[in-house]
Amino acid sequence: MSAPVIRYIDEPHPVTGVTNGKFGLWLFLASEVMLFGALFSSYILLRVGAKSWPDGWERLNVPLATANTVVLITSSVTMVMAWVGCKLNDLGKFRFYMGITVALSFVFLVIKTIEYKPKFEHYQVYFYDGATIPGYEELTTITGHLEEDDFEKDYIVFAPDKKQPSQTLPDAEGHGDHDHAEGDHDDHGHGHYADPIQINRYDIKRLTNFGPAHSNFYAIYFTMTGLHGLHVIGGIVVNLYFLLFGAGMFRSNIAQFSNRIECAGLYWHFVDLVWIFLFPSIYLL
Amino acid sequence: MSDHEHHDPGFIRKYVFSVDHKVIGIQYTVTSLLFLLFGFGLMMIMRAQLAYPQGDFSFLERIFGEAGFVGGAMLPEFYNQLGAMHGTIMVFLGVVPLAVGGFGNYVMPLQIGAPDMAFPKLNMASYWVYLPGGLIMLSSFFVEGGAAQYGWTAYPPLANTQPEYLGQTLWLVGMVFLITSSLLGSVNFIVTIVQLRVKGLSFFRLPFFVWAQFITSFLLLLAFPPLEAAGVMQLMDRVAGTSFFMPDGLVIGGRPANVAGGGNPLLWQHLFWFLAHPEVYVLILPALGIVGEVIANNTRKPLWGYRSLVYSVIFLGFMSFIVWAHHMFMTGMGQTLSIFFQTTTMIISIPSVIILTALILSLWGGSIRFNVPMLFALSFLPMFGIGGLTGLPLGLAASDIQLHDTYYVIGHFHFVVAPGTLMALFAGIYYWYPKATGRMMNEMLGKLHWIGTLVFLNGVFIPMFVQGLAGVSRRLYDQTWYEHGKEVQNWTVASSWSAWLLGIAQIPFILNFFLSLRAGKKVGENPWHATTLEWAAPSPPPHGNFTSEPVVYRGPYEYSVPGDSEDYSPQFVQKA
Repeated sequence: MSAPVIRYIDEPHPVTGVTNGKFGLWLFLASEVMLFGALFSSYILLRVGAKSWPDGWERLNVPLATANTVVLITSSVTMVMAWVGCKLNDLGKFRFYMGITVALSFVFLVIKTIEYKPKFEHYQVYFYDGATIPGYEELTTITGHLEEDDFEKDYIVFAPDKKQPSQTLPDAEGHGDHDHAEGDHDDHGHGHYADPIQINRYDIKRLTNFGPAHSNFYAIYFTMTGLHGLHVIGGIVVNLYFLLFGAGMFRSNIAQFSNRIECAGLYWHFVDLVWIFLFPSIYLL
Repeated sequence: MSDHEHHDPGFIRKYVFSVDHKVIGIQYTVTSLLFLLFGFGLMMIMRAQLAYPQGDFSFLERIFGEAGFVGGAMLPEFYNQLGAMHGTIMVFLGVVPLAVGGFGNYVMPLQIGAPDMAFPKLNMASYWVYLPGGLIMLSSFFVEGGAAQYGWTAYPPLANTQPEYLGQTLWLVGMVFLITSSLLGSVNFIVTIVQLRVKGLSFFRLPFFVWAQFITSFLLLLAFPPLEAAGVMQLMDRVAGTSFFMPDGLVIGGRPANVAGGGNPLLWQHLFWFLAHPEVYVLILPALGIVGEVIANNTRKPLWGYRSLVYSVIFLGFMSFIVWAHHMFMTGMGQTLSIFFQTTTMIISIPSVIILTALILSLWGGSIRFNVPMLFALSFLPMFGIGGLTGLPLGLAASDIQLHDTYYVIGHFHFVVAPGTLMALFAGIYYWYPKATGRMMNEMLGKLHWIGTLVFLNGVFIPMFVQGLAGVSRRLYDQTWYEHGKEVQNWTVASSWSAWLLGIAQIPFILNFFLSLRAGKKVGENPWHATTLEWAAPSPPPHGNFTSEPVVYRGPYEYSVPGDSEDYSPQFVQKA
């Protein structure tokens, strides 16, 4: 029983002018636009409805994100060059550029990890009204490093940042907060922390790191860049597959193989494009 | 068949991980029928609690154990789980996979003369993502705290509470699987319909069923991703402690919620209904397509107003994206939005009415054959009519305020989906069964199934209109707690007994479905004397479908053409 012959796999349909694969990929991208479109809409809605919203460039690491933008755009260029390698029937060229594309994708993820990590290690404590913390009597919230959080004890040990969020606003999310509350631009040596203090648990309204749970700003930031990161991982899987196992098809059916690389490239450019939207709207606004 | 050839794919590749659209279609059909039966079982248990709120359910306790019952009484939490999972299973695991995954997969490529779908492996992946998604949903019954219990709409902040219980989290994870599956399916459908139509089959020669599947695929492709986004956000709320849907100052169980706040519960509703309204048309369009096929075939005349049907379906698909907030009149979203969505809702009823009218007018002057598929298709028409007309008061904010969240709403949408869509899907099963198996289903058992189903479905849902107009809320665990509920409790009992009898009425169908595999009358290629392309293939069609590639010479419904020797002129036969 032989497999049925399906048309327009490697030659374009005379009327639509595209192959099945490319048509399907465009439809998939349309669906992806709806997915990220819904997230961007949610971002706009939450931000417009918020009492206050921090400025992205103060809270997030713009230099790292800029570096990542360059990395991703470069990888889009090398992706095209890999496709050119297919079109020129030059396996060496394909492998060289596809290799760079995959390597750059990994670089993107590594930089992302460096960007994420300090946010999970940096904490903020909110106090109940009337709680007085020695040395910080006027504050309702302080940020810093969580030295000890032992559930057996009824206090935590906390090393506050030397620079604390602005006093004028009830919480650290205010626009008046121009002192790098989260400390991304600082190195995280102990030189930036004041002496550790003990805070009684019954004074603590809320204790959170600067992860997704901190506030909607961080929730949006982690969800959208995280979902984008998953798309990068998906791209790595596909591109790595073509790089490692593509040689057979490269030799036997170069036309279909370059179609596949073209489709993978379309997807990769889309991932790039999402980042081009994410970078200004989350990091720079 | 070439069973003894050396490159025979073997049992696993042929029946389990098959890339043949027909096998996948059958896998979808059987799986979704099982899910439908399961979801129906859940609601039969619910109906026991509703009819006899203080009843002794020791016999159920022996089956379900401590998790759902205490001393013979059903726990309210368990009742809520049944309700939430009934809705989810029926919509996402039952009707849509049957209508699109089952019928779409099996019939559509045959009707366009294609040897298979454009992406056979993707098609297989679609089923093998759907099945784990369904199993994840079911598995949530066995975790601590039980399955999701916040309704099939999973409204936050309620659905975000109790993140320590896995039920709702598994619901969300299962949902992401199902969305992925339908994404793969819809891409495949659209590409197949656009690229793989056989020679001569222009868009306006496509059977109405293919058009319905085509538009349905666009709805699935574009409406599901926003729900996926919402699902990811709710998952973050539950797992990572974010506040996408958690407003400021939220108090849960008398204590301030330990979250950042600042989120927006309405955001979920907007994103959810942005999917779930087009989803209604995903449920109904394939059903309309099936009814169109069956009616044209059994009236022995062309569908009345084929082009208006097609244009209406396209318009319906487009409009379905801009009516979603008519589910949200009671949320306080404001007058301006209400007016907009009332207007679009009234507009979308126009193409629906055109379609139904065209189908009814198709009967006029026909020489109708009252076989089993036709009986189901004919009863679809008034049932869908009732479902549609009872929806009008819900589409206008002024009357919706009275009816919102009452049993009236349940009655309305069940009339569309259960007596409506399910009737059409049964018609489709009886109609294409001979194509898929090479044998007819039993006529006598079929008629028994039809009359029982028709009577008891109405018995289940008509009382709900009465209850709803009396003001009984749809989520009550015991409506006799209230005076106004007590007055209509008799209707609830009648509805419950109808539901249980409806279960019994399905026995002839189940018997028929399996017994006819062996005992059914053998048929040739075209037992119904139909005109569309699937009847050009052998029954059942082999891998690759057609013995030789068909060519299309005419429109899809050329029945009783004057001057022809037969009363049907198939698309694939050249005029002498």
